[in-house]
Amino acid sequence: MVREIEFILNGFNQTLSVKPSEKLIDVLRDRLGVTSVKYGCGKGECGACTINLDGKTVRSCLMYAVEIDGRTIETIEGFPRLGKREIQDIYIKHNAFQCGFCAPGFILSTEELLNMISDPSEEEIKEALAGNLCRCTGYKNILEAVAEMVDIRKREKAL
Amino acid sequence: MLAFDYRRPLVIEDALSLKKEWGVSSSLLMGGTDLFLAIDEGARSPEMLIDLKNIKELKTLEEKEGYVIIGAGTTYSELIDSELIHSTLPGIWESSRLVASMGVRNAATLVGNICNAVPSAESAAPLLVRDAMVHLSSLKENRIIPINDFFTGPRKTVLQSDEILTKVAVPLVMGEFGESYVKLGRYRGEDIAQVGVSVFVDSDFNYKIAYCAVGPVPMRIPKAEDLLRGKDISPELIEKAQAAILDTVSPIADIRASREYRIHMCRIMFEKAVGAAVSRMKTSQPEYGIRLI
Repeated sequence: MVREIEFILNGFNQTLSVKPSEKLIDVLRDRLGVTSVKYGCGKGECGACTINLDGKTVRSCLMYAVEIDGRTIETIEGFPRLGKREIQDIYIKHNAFQCGFCAPGFILSTEELLNMISDPSEEEIKEALAGNLCRCTGYKNILEAVAEMVDIRKREKAL
Repeated sequence: MLAFDYRRPLVIEDALSLKKEWGVSSSLLMGGTDLFLAIDEGARSPEMLIDLKNIKELKTLEEKEGYVIIGAGTTYSELIDSELIHSTLPGIWESSRLVASMGVRNAATLVGNICNAVPSAESAAPLLVRDAMVHLSSLKENRIIPINDFFTGPRKTVLQSDEILTKVAVPLVMGEFGESYVKLGRYRGEDIAQVGVSVFVDSDFNYKIAYCAVGPVPMRIPKAEDLLRGKDISPELIEKAQAAILDTVSPIADIRASREYRIHMCRIMFEKAVGAAVSRMKTSQPEYGIRLI
């Protein structure tokens, strides 16, 4: 019971043979070396395993690899290719990580929010990040980083 | 050791054939946010996983012949982004925003939520107060049943082993109405309601009240609805309705909340929910999506 799957990972075509029971997170980490995707709670509550699937963030710990046949995945490893350093730089500037375990998930969620709403309220930022848990920062620095990101995007738009 | 086969049919007929062939030893997969954990924890051990995600006709979200049709493939994010849902089913819109977190709502579906049929099923209460109809299909027949008859016990529904719930049809309401959904959760981004309550009221003061997470199945509270029928709310009337609610619900104590706390919150949350629903019916305020507790 092995399936051949084809998908796009960070801009590159991938072909893999997977068993239907193989978890997406394990395939990404152990077979493809995508280690920004972290195994946190394994229940979809902490957001450390967040990936962008066809433009939307989802939990890679709650999917089987076989489900992604024909689909497109972006992880933070793909950001340099897309010229998306900005959010990472702002997070660094605000010291919005300590251990960094949650950071890839937070950055992907931030990116998704800013793609959906160009000028989110504080409430909307909090809601968009509610599914990402951070045990180091107390969230304050993260919220400040996202707020600055919003300001920068607003200024860019005004120009 | 986990070992199951996997199919991803493109049309509903093929999915129904697989369901008939594999019956109870198969599981239907859509968003997977509940099923994945059930398999992981050993609560379910299917031999065949039937992935319905590529069946286009299950992705329906439309208004048709007096109903809003929510196909089995519609995710919570799609419901939240839908102007149709916001304008015609604001209670479902309001409750969908409170389901888990964005990354889960991008995959999880309303139909999956009710098929999983846990007592705390988030979407059950707002569907109950709108008298939603669920459409079940098998190779031999199609059945349409009221959501009120769908749940039969914790994690149990009327769904037969060869059936698929293809869509939910929610009747449109003509004229003014207000509704509300109030959820008690531990923290934001949390998936499971400790208590959930929906209230619907029309301009003739016909009320519908439903709770989740305070009994073996999500339930309507006909006794309280009868008490309130035809009357605007007052503190005395709310108190009587609260007594009728407490007569009906039977919450358990578990890791998330004690029985006493749930009973207490049933009262408090009803007052908030009915107040918001009546006010929305009269004045369209407070706007939908505002946190009511």
